[in-house]
Amino acid sequence: MRPTTRRILAAATGLALLAAVPACADDEKQAAENVPGVTDTEIVIGTHQPLTGPAAPGYSKISAATKAYFEHVNSKGGVNGRKIVYKVMDDGYNPANTENVVRKLVLDDKVFALLGGLGTPTHTNVLEFVKTQKVPDLFVSSGSRNWNQPDKYPTTFGWQPDYTVEGKILATWVKQQFPGAKVCHFGQNDDFGRDSLAGVEKVLGAVAAKQTYTTTNQQVGPAIGALKAAGCQVVISASIPGFTALAMGQAAGQGFRAQWVVSNVGADYTTLSNQLGDKKVILEGMVADNYLPMVGDTANPWIQEFTKIHQKYNSANPVDGNAIYGYSMAYTFVQALLAAGKDPTREKLVEAVRKGGFRGPGLTPFRYSDDVHAGYSGVRLNKVQNGAQAYFGPTYTTDDGEAAVAEFAEPPATPPADAIPTT
Amino acid sequence: MTATRPSARSGVDRPAGPSPLRRLLPGAPATAGPRGSTLLRHLAVAVLAGTLVVLLTNQLAPYQNLQVARVCAFLCVTAGYTVLVGLNGQLSLGHGALMATGAYTVALVQRGFDERGTQGRWILPLSLVAAVAVTALAGLVIGLAAARLRGPYLAGVTLAVATLVPAVSTIFTGVFNGEQGLRFPAETPPAFLGAYFQPERWLAWIALLAALLTVLLLANLVRSRFGRSLRAVRDDEVAARLAGIHVARTQVLAFVVSAGCAGLGGGVYAVLTATVAPGKFPLELSLFLLMAIVIGGLGSLAGAVWGAVLLVALQDLPSLLTETFSLPSGLAQRLEGNLALAVFGLILIVVMLVAPGGLHGAFRTLAARLRARRRAPEH
Amino acid sequence: MDRFLFLTFGGLSTGAVYAAFALALVLIWRAARLVNFAQGAMAVATAYVGYAVAAATGSYWVGLGAAVLAGLLLGALVERVLMRFVGHANPLNEVIVALGLVLLIQAVLGVVFGNGYRPAPAPFDTDALTVRGVAALSPYDLWVLGAVLVVVVLLALLFTRTPIGLRMRAAAFAPEVSRLLGVDVGRMLTLGWALAAAVGALAGMLVVPTGLGLHPHAMDLVFVVAFTAAVVGGLDSPAGAVVGGLLVGLILSYVTGYLGPDTTPLAVLVLLLAVLLVRPGGLFSSARARHV
Repeated sequence: MRPTTRRILAAATGLALLAAVPACADDEKQAAENVPGVTDTEIVIGTHQPLTGPAAPGYSKISAATKAYFEHVNSKGGVNGRKIVYKVMDDGYNPANTENVVRKLVLDDKVFALLGGLGTPTHTNVLEFVKTQKVPDLFVSSGSRNWNQPDKYPTTFGWQPDYTVEGKILATWVKQQFPGAKVCHFGQNDDFGRDSLAGVEKVLGAVAAKQTYTTTNQQVGPAIGALKAAGCQVVISASIPGFTALAMGQAAGQGFRAQWVVSNVGADYTTLSNQLGDKKVILEGMVADNYLPMVGDTANPWIQEFTKIHQKYNSANPVDGNAIYGYSMAYTFVQALLAAGKDPTREKLVEAVRKGGFRGPGLTPFRYSDDVHAGYSGVRLNKVQNGAQAYFGPTYTTDDGEAAVAEFAEPPATPPADAIPTT
Repeated sequence: MTATRPSARSGVDRPAGPSPLRRLLPGAPATAGPRGSTLLRHLAVAVLAGTLVVLLTNQLAPYQNLQVARVCAFLCVTAGYTVLVGLNGQLSLGHGALMATGAYTVALVQRGFDERGTQGRWILPLSLVAAVAVTALAGLVIGLAAARLRGPYLAGVTLAVATLVPAVSTIFTGVFNGEQGLRFPAETPPAFLGAYFQPERWLAWIALLAALLTVLLLANLVRSRFGRSLRAVRDDEVAARLAGIHVARTQVLAFVVSAGCAGLGGGVYAVLTATVAPGKFPLELSLFLLMAIVIGGLGSLAGAVWGAVLLVALQDLPSLLTETFSLPSGLAQRLEGNLALAVFGLILIVVMLVAPGGLHGAFRTLAARLRARRRAPEH
Repeated sequence: MDRFLFLTFGGLSTGAVYAAFALALVLIWRAARLVNFAQGAMAVATAYVGYAVAAATGSYWVGLGAAVLAGLLLGALVERVLMRFVGHANPLNEVIVALGLVLLIQAVLGVVFGNGYRPAPAPFDTDALTVRGVAALSPYDLWVLGAVLVVVVLLALLFTRTPIGLRMRAAAFAPEVSRLLGVDVGRMLTLGWALAAAVGALAGMLVVPTGLGLHPHAMDLVFVVAFTAAVVGGLDSPAGAVVGGLLVGLILSYVTGYLGPDTTPLAVLVLLLAVLLVRPGGLFSSARARHV
């Protein structure tokens, strides 16, 4: 052995022994810390969003609206004197990045809560971490039923109606309007499509034909061709906006005339018509559902208030369904924060959401309770006519289980002053 | 025997002329001293580096320790990858998929034990060994095909492999649970370290051990007879064959070794979050891995370290930039995310223009220049 | 049988687009021995220019011309100010610079135009003409097929019948000898890049109306498929690119139609292996193998 080698080896052994004694002091200090992210003047919360990458079109506008709403609230004095700081992290819709930015938000930035993390495959992978860290994980932006598992994930809550609730209601309407018709399903090949199909089949029984698409394959022609060949008269579609446009475009191109009934996730008229340009006429007659005020309904007081905020803080983006989603979710968060009391803790916030009872821009109540962490309980149908998407018929509510689809007659709430909740 | 032109071997080089790779990478020094001391010296350096990192992790906050852990996980991959591409001249674009193979193997093994209620410290090492074995097997299959292919044709096949992960996980949803992926029990620090021991530090140690083991084995491999065969095949297949080297076998073996390392790295990567999902292994990951080893300095293990650091920095760049700049909201929204990508793209281009040998090459040139200057006055 | 015909027509129309894009990759390969990973991003950039001009002038054809012109300029620019200065210490350096360019272009497009989808109107009707009850090709598909065919013929004429085409080939295959014979190899390289980027721009204009719309990532998937097509056909052969493109288009259509949309990556790999294990240089590889 050469002398230098021996010297390195000796030094290394010495250092290794030294290193074997871990420094524990700071760890214990960290464990004693409480209410992260809350000071007398600020509440820091965070989220993960696809600001770039293939999912960015449309969805990147949600967090912009949420942020604008908090700026508006902060300009009016914040919540109980605290300003809300909303840290938006780009994950590019890649679950690896999501895991990373969520850990950064929780461990490094010490956020008080997560709000509106977007996407099923992305957010599913942080559930365990969020649970062990006991971080309130509010209003995940996806209609997956994963968020509604209070026993497994006690701090995670959904917000929008889940895909099964939606599927049940859409199918109920189809059953009434098209008795005996051949009803088919077109869905994304993940839980979005599957949960939606499950809801549809709970009401209609087996559908006449079902086809799927995957986001990495833009050839939807064969699937649409198969639906046409099966003689479908109604197509219930669980698709994101890009693929709704693609599928309906293909159907028009192939001369396949059916009634399209589309999930709210992929049916925002502003988004679809922007994508289709001159071809937007194919959207005429499309039936969809929603649970928030429609953008085109300029007489709606919520739309008026949100538009005011939009023009002041978010004018770079169009007022569309994504923006309304962002505003409404932020509104619910402020409600929850107020309900958590003057000195909010993570436990109080979770408890406040479990108690629920929030009414705001949404058409139906939330399903929140001690054993349900799912969001809105129902939807109302809308239709595209003469280039505008407008509601028709009653609002329906149900659950993702065996409950019947019922009409909900209670009128929607009116916004408080400046659209900032007070209780 | 039929062979395609040897000069088209590494994907994108010109049809004629000496291998440009040769200039970058000096062969194994002929005067490395007695063989025995090489292993010991590498061992000493590894222990020293490991100790320094362990000391470092004791000072770091949880998230920083996770960063260290991720660097180590990526280092397993980049080290094996740079040996394949840099020293053996085979271009693979599918290493992201190989990482996924390792990650899914770890997840399936750990879930298998968990479902039977079996627990124990030995499950983690066992699952990692399984990950290496399964991925090495996958590497063998790809390597057998690869040994017949050269340059862009090999790149094309491996690129197709890189896009497989989402497809396979949705086709076999029963096993891989589609795009939602699999979760398995999280790794926790052993009790003797104390109740308040930072879990992220424990993860960093696991990853560090894996990385040191990988680099140590590769460092010795590169200096061995096999390492010389690797380089000989890269530089001139015909000459290598004339010198009695079995070209195809060397190439397949290089693929197997490289895949095993990728499997280990992927497995450790999965352990860090206790999750796997197809979305974590997109095509971009494979391309970023390639960027990492080239920017770091192709063919050198030190370059692989730079590459691993770069990969983690890339994941963290977006949040860093969005916090640093506060701009008017309209512009800020468009810059968010995009700015980080633009900066990273620019860095790639600038490094390649300024330091064609990658970061490691640049540092070596710099060091050589400094040494020369210091020596000058003595003359 | 109707289903088969329907899928065949669908495969041909998408295949034509892949063929056009594969052609651009082949052109660069022939000129510079480089797989241009930035081809997709460059094509998207020129498509933004094309559709912006089309929207401003109200004419698709002016927009198409603008896109092709932008392609020529962008290709020349990338070669003159970037690729020329990439050291050849390592052949992968050019690949990395190209990948850096992808990130840069996509980010700049995202900043300038936003990340959203923009409509890309097609110049012809996209409603399929029905042949005996089967939805066959649309007028737009016919335009795509025709345009690709014309480009192939023009390129073939350029390379075999014109002095400049011959000089380009000479410069690519034997740069040293060509230089001695007085060919400006550097200029030929620039020309090769410009030409390839122009064909890529055309392909981009043809692809975008068939997909989700114009957005910075519009060509990501197309690039991967087109690269496969070029490799299957043989990177040195423009005819191979066209055949490879159509073949890949057809296979993807059949696989999507009969086995489901998830299985296509698997099918692509099987196709690649099936072709390359028999012919390691692609279907149309010239007899460059040699004996030792």
